[in-house]
Amino acid sequence: MEENSKTRMVAYGHCASIYIVLSDLIHDRQVNKMSVSMPSVSDVVKKKKAHTWRDIRKHKTIYLFISPFYILFAVFGLFPILFSLFLSFQAWNGLDRMKFIGLENFALLMGDGVFWQSVLNTFIIWLESTIPMLFIALVLAFILNSALVKLRGFWRFAFFLPNVTSIVAEAIIFGSLFATQYGLVNNVLHFFGIPPIDWLNNNVWLQIGIAIMIIWRWTGYNTIIYLAGLQSLPYELYEAAKVDGASMARIFFSITLPLMRPIILFTVIMSTIGGMQVFTEPQILTGGNGGPGQGGLTIVLYLYNQAFNNYLFGYGSAIAWVLFVIILIFSLLNTLIVNRLSK
Amino acid sequence: MNSVEAKGPSAKRLFLYLGLVIWFLFSVFPFYWLIVMATRTTSSIFSYPPNVTFGSNFVSNVERLLQALPFFQSVWNSLIVSVSSTLLSLFFSALAGFAFAKYDFPGKKPLFWIMLATMMVPGQLGLVPAFVIMKTLHWVNTFYALIVPGAASAFGIFWIRQYAETAVHDDLLHAARIDGCSDFRLFFHIGLPIMRPTLAALGIFLFMGSWNDYLWPLVILNSPKAFTLQVMLSTLNGIYFKHYGMIMAGTLLGTIPLLVLFAIFSRKIMDSVTVGALKG
Repeated sequence: MEENSKTRMVAYGHCASIYIVLSDLIHDRQVNKMSVSMPSVSDVVKKKKAHTWRDIRKHKTIYLFISPFYILFAVFGLFPILFSLFLSFQAWNGLDRMKFIGLENFALLMGDGVFWQSVLNTFIIWLESTIPMLFIALVLAFILNSALVKLRGFWRFAFFLPNVTSIVAEAIIFGSLFATQYGLVNNVLHFFGIPPIDWLNNNVWLQIGIAIMIIWRWTGYNTIIYLAGLQSLPYELYEAAKVDGASMARIFFSITLPLMRPIILFTVIMSTIGGMQVFTEPQILTGGNGGPGQGGLTIVLYLYNQAFNNYLFGYGSAIAWVLFVIILIFSLLNTLIVNRLSK
Repeated sequence: MNSVEAKGPSAKRLFLYLGLVIWFLFSVFPFYWLIVMATRTTSSIFSYPPNVTFGSNFVSNVERLLQALPFFQSVWNSLIVSVSSTLLSLFFSALAGFAFAKYDFPGKKPLFWIMLATMMVPGQLGLVPAFVIMKTLHWVNTFYALIVPGAASAFGIFWIRQYAETAVHDDLLHAARIDGCSDFRLFFHIGLPIMRPTLAALGIFLFMGSWNDYLWPLVILNSPKAFTLQVMLSTLNGIYFKHYGMIMAGTLLGTIPLLVLFAIFSRKIMDSVTVGALKG
């Protein structure tokens, strides 16, 4: 399972690596435990140690090969992270002297209603987008996997198309579609006698609008992943079910869904990590302020505004750390679920 | 797949195709609507009943756009940034991925784990200090700030390592080593040619990521001359919200390069999403 998930990682992109790292760490620990019980291994280790220095010198070119990553990460990755932790204990506008204020940023944050609203908004948008998106993706993949369907390549191409456009372009297009006056969506609603929806100003509709954009962009992507998963399932199972006279819906819910569970939960984790960091859609759609009722104010948008519009560098860093903790807890929670359910 | 099933009831087939067509329309319609808007004047975009066919104002919309903002400059900027960051990142990823796949050296395991662990950290965590660093380096409004930090991609290294591990055969490397090849020569003359297909796939992936990147360029760039395309589009949308035709013309122009790239490399791009899943 661990090996498989590792190769799968390439497909799932950046964020999902959390999953392999965690699952492999668990796997690793078990391996280590086993190796300790074998006496011969420790002898080998001792022997190896004597050679280590010579080994290092022998491989100096190889260290050179891998060094760019570690150097760049140290300067532009690790240092900013540590600095960010330091900054979260300071009051600083980026120009004047920093002032150490202890935990005051975090205390302020805990009592900051707007921040908690942004947390709530982020979770609502995540929920409204992830559930329909993954469900539709699964259904589409199920349809595409059916032998009744032709032109599979064409459908795949069309469904994936939204994923290659930039979120900025997408937000601009949807912003015009959602315009309250004369936006196409409201025009169509008007045609059917439905009163116009204030997509961009009403909190509930704004969040639904953002969720629709996320669904538009990522459903095809997840469909491709699910389709690959479906194609790797044993075909005999379907045959057997069909012989037994099972309906298509029955096959979907009783065979496809349970077998796809690991992949489904996996895409849930990915969507979680991505969903917690939603920024561009609401930023463009609301002109940066999150909308009149601030329903589009996500955590990262709030972070951006506090840090780069209000120049509250310390406060912004504190938000970043709280966001990190939220993502961490959420991902760990999901990883636990994955490990429990896929066993 | 099998002929018995293909003869299945046509009602069922119709139902399946209905689902596909609905999602097809939803996926493609925004692109169609983008073209409609880009070729019309603002007043004809927002009219009732809506105009749903292509107009003839595309050229005048573009002309207006070019008068308002240095739009093509931003396309050029994006091209420079995306190409150089992709090439640099590909080179570093190939070097390190090759090393991790084909060499045993002291500390390999912990170093690899550290690298993977860095992918767990969300980009926003160090956002504020990263900006402060760029300010200190006087890299605000420069492309260095966009190219250098992303040049080392943990994900890219991981990607290459997965491929090189099986694709580059040890016997080959061994034979070359006996012939006295240095590690550099092994990399350039054996590793690189073999890894070329996966480098191409990773390159497209990295290029698209860089081309579409928004938050970091938004933080770093505040001079219109230095804007990347995404920042330019967002600015355009913010300032000229009354001139929809012009905004949409810009958005269309900015979207075309990636659509072309996707049209050419769609298989490669989609395979890079699925190849691992198929193995798993």
